[in-house]
Amino acid sequence: MHNIVIIGNGISGITTARHVRKLSDHKITVISAETDHFFSRTALMYIYMGHMKYEHTKPYEDWFWEKNRIDLKRAFVEKVDTDGKTLHFSDGETMGYDKLVIATGSKPNKFGWPGQDLEGVQGLYSYQDLETMEANTKNLSRAVIVGGGLIGIEMAEMLRSRNIPVTFLVREESFWDNVLPYGESQMINRHIKEHHIDLRLATELKEIISDENGRVKAVITGTGETIQCEFVGLTVGVSPNIGLLKGSGIETKRGVLVDPFLKTNIDNVYALGDCAEFLEPNGERKSIEQVWYTGRMMGEALARTLCDKPTKYEPGHWFNSAKFLDIEYQTYGWVWAKAKDNENDFYWEHKNGKICLRLRWEKSTGKLLGVNNLGFRLRHHAFDKWFKEGRTVDYVLEHLKDANFDPELYKTYEAEIIAQFNRENGKNIQLKKKSWKRILDFVS
Amino acid sequence: MSTTEPNLSISNPHPEDTDVIQKVALVVACFGVLILLAAWANVALDAAIFMPIAIISMIGGTTVYGARSYLKQPEGIKNNGVWHFSLTSRGAFAWAVGILLTGFYILLYWFPGYVGFVQSGENQGLVALFDPLSMAIKGRPASQWFMYGTLYTIAILALGMKFIFKYRHNRYQLIRTISVMIAQLVFAYTIPEILAALNYNDVTTTAGEYAGYYDADIKNVWPLDYDFFYSYHLDAMQEEAYQPVGMIYLIAGMALFLVGTPVLTYLIGKRWYCSWVCGCGGLAETAGDPFRHLSSKKLGAWKLERWLIHSVMIFVFVMTAVTLYGYFTGTSSVFGLDIYSKFQKPYGFFIGAIFSGIIGVGFYPMLGNRVWCRFGCPMAGYMGIIQRFKSKFRITTNGGQCISCGNCSTYCEQGIDVRAYAQKGQNIVRASCVGCGVCSAVCPRGVLKLENGPEEKRYDLPPIIIGNESVKISD
Repeated sequence: MHNIVIIGNGISGITTARHVRKLSDHKITVISAETDHFFSRTALMYIYMGHMKYEHTKPYEDWFWEKNRIDLKRAFVEKVDTDGKTLHFSDGETMGYDKLVIATGSKPNKFGWPGQDLEGVQGLYSYQDLETMEANTKNLSRAVIVGGGLIGIEMAEMLRSRNIPVTFLVREESFWDNVLPYGESQMINRHIKEHHIDLRLATELKEIISDENGRVKAVITGTGETIQCEFVGLTVGVSPNIGLLKGSGIETKRGVLVDPFLKTNIDNVYALGDCAEFLEPNGERKSIEQVWYTGRMMGEALARTLCDKPTKYEPGHWFNSAKFLDIEYQTYGWVWAKAKDNENDFYWEHKNGKICLRLRWEKSTGKLLGVNNLGFRLRHHAFDKWFKEGRTVDYVLEHLKDANFDPELYKTYEAEIIAQFNRENGKNIQLKKKSWKRILDFVS
Repeated sequence: MSTTEPNLSISNPHPEDTDVIQKVALVVACFGVLILLAAWANVALDAAIFMPIAIISMIGGTTVYGARSYLKQPEGIKNNGVWHFSLTSRGAFAWAVGILLTGFYILLYWFPGYVGFVQSGENQGLVALFDPLSMAIKGRPASQWFMYGTLYTIAILALGMKFIFKYRHNRYQLIRTISVMIAQLVFAYTIPEILAALNYNDVTTTAGEYAGYYDADIKNVWPLDYDFFYSYHLDAMQEEAYQPVGMIYLIAGMALFLVGTPVLTYLIGKRWYCSWVCGCGGLAETAGDPFRHLSSKKLGAWKLERWLIHSVMIFVFVMTAVTLYGYFTGTSSVFGLDIYSKFQKPYGFFIGAIFSGIIGVGFYPMLGNRVWCRFGCPMAGYMGIIQRFKSKFRITTNGGQCISCGNCSTYCEQGIDVRAYAQKGQNIVRASCVGCGVCSAVCPRGVLKLENGPEEKRYDLPPIIIGNESVKISD
């Protein structure tokens, strides 16, 4: 029996712990400085907006951990001594381990702007950030958010839920346009404005101005405009949170460097989730994957390695999702912001301007490479299976009804989509009826 | 987590957002309620004028307020501030409303005189306000139950309209809500009153002889309608003067229980009843909607649920069996136990009145809007067993897309920990699911879909969540 110690109680650390317990009787300890229990980080925004309370964001009841013999320790790890296999906590205590898992997640980026450490300026990642935001956003006349990504738009939605006027500075020409293609990105631009968010595209932050008490009172943009505000949200991405590893001998670059088994350069020390950086990225994936799903999958793999079944992290076909204010987004496979030279592209948008579908496929073979769907839902199993079987875009469109995952009684768009596809591509694809037999085959 | 300042409104925390039309609509709706309170306090009002004004004000005011509040926002999920408002987060306002509702039910059930009902003689107070409507429909003064039925229907219609605006982006919710509104207005309220007006029910002959009363809400199926087999009820349905309508109700009532319910529940789940036509469900889904998140999701609550609902089921089966035994043998006791005082009366008191009425509705703001449906209703229990073991209905989860945020579980009025299934990639097949569809609506990642499909693989637990090839199913 080993003594496995996991630093970090987010989705990566907790998935590892749960699966180690499923597979073994090892002693498991999970350490967190953030909260006593695992909660869903992606749900932090809903606490602020009053949709849920903190307790609702905990996927397991508090008795779960003791019942499954997963020890929880609330402490801050200051130093890791890999020679002595010992952790040093900020209160002077220590703890030994046989195998160490680093799952410390991220911290918000700051790019050295003047005034970035003023009061009222913050990012949003941790539970503490949420508490700070609660305190920082009382009686505001305006908030400014810097950075047009997923956390930026979430923060804008949070503030708007309390009717706080928001100016949203996005450096790019269009919202999240390094990920979203033109049509989708434009759709979200419009939707942001529909929510009365003052969206400033192609606008950078230059400086944050302090009042006499060291609190933010305005920002100056790249164009020299001054915007009065009492709150600045810095949402320009996150970086691995690995300060505790200084001097430990564990190799790091931007994150903790790991091999495909999530092992670091030091024996019996592993890292996963947001804080891990792959020496060799997986296919088209980034070397640091900061996504809920990838953290979970790494945990599923690492648990096996820790239980003497060495298992590489081998993610399958890419998928992701988000919600931009009221518009849901799902993606399966790879859809790049701009189609590559060997790719064909199809984009359909509903006349209401809030629903769309994009397909990308290989020019030479017709094989489907990726799909973006906004404003309606598609079945993960369908696309996972179709990618594995190397199905063509024609096949996928023919069977699109099998993939529809919208609630019952919703209007469907397949006919309209296929009519446009046929028109643009000179094809004559006929839509097949939904088949439960085929749908059940996806699952097998 | 520090909370924000308490707020008394249901749907809008920010007074600066409330425009003139909304304010006027709110005043109009409150004026309607004020008429009720004034009538209750025996303020001399001309009921023929003020009763229609009250009804129109309440329905009209609420509709305009709901329309104005929601239509000026982009369509989407509107749960902002639910846990910040006093009324919807068990604050002082919630307690006040809960106590008021509970008190109302106590008076209605046991002290109808206090709401103005006068057995022989002219009604007073609240009941008297509805005399003109009752007179117009069936030519006799209102009873406390006529008053209650009217208010109940108004609540479903007015707050159903609000719900429709709130969920206007969701066609499932839209059509489902129209269904519960029509079911209440037509089947539960209008048809029974018309039948009484046409002398097919609740008739007193000119000679002063009472021909009996039966429940003419055709969708109020036994065992929810626990007195269906009571002798007075069976006799009334067979009363000569009521034919052929009475027999139709008798046959339809039994057919719905024996054939309609199992077949429909097999095909589409118990939702056909619980969240599409049922009166209790209708109120829960409309007036009760602001309280749906208050149901307990603890494992302990689920255990309690299974004990309680099945105990009530056994209680109603035994009580009804004994009742039928008494009916057909003409005795009033069984094994020396008096059928009325030892079976029917306790069921009516503890289950019919206290559980379904007082706790079921009076405690909306404390325990959520489905306490009765989840812990008590024997009809729900009966359909639950079918839904769990022999039905095509399930909530399908969408592969690996769940982010464990908890919106689905939080907004499940039946207290199902939906997330526990979704995050494992397992379909939700639960006896208690009433198929309201709100988990699917509030999911930010498109993970949940209510659907009817083959029973094959309905509740398989996938060995791994898809999207991860690290772990092979074979090992």
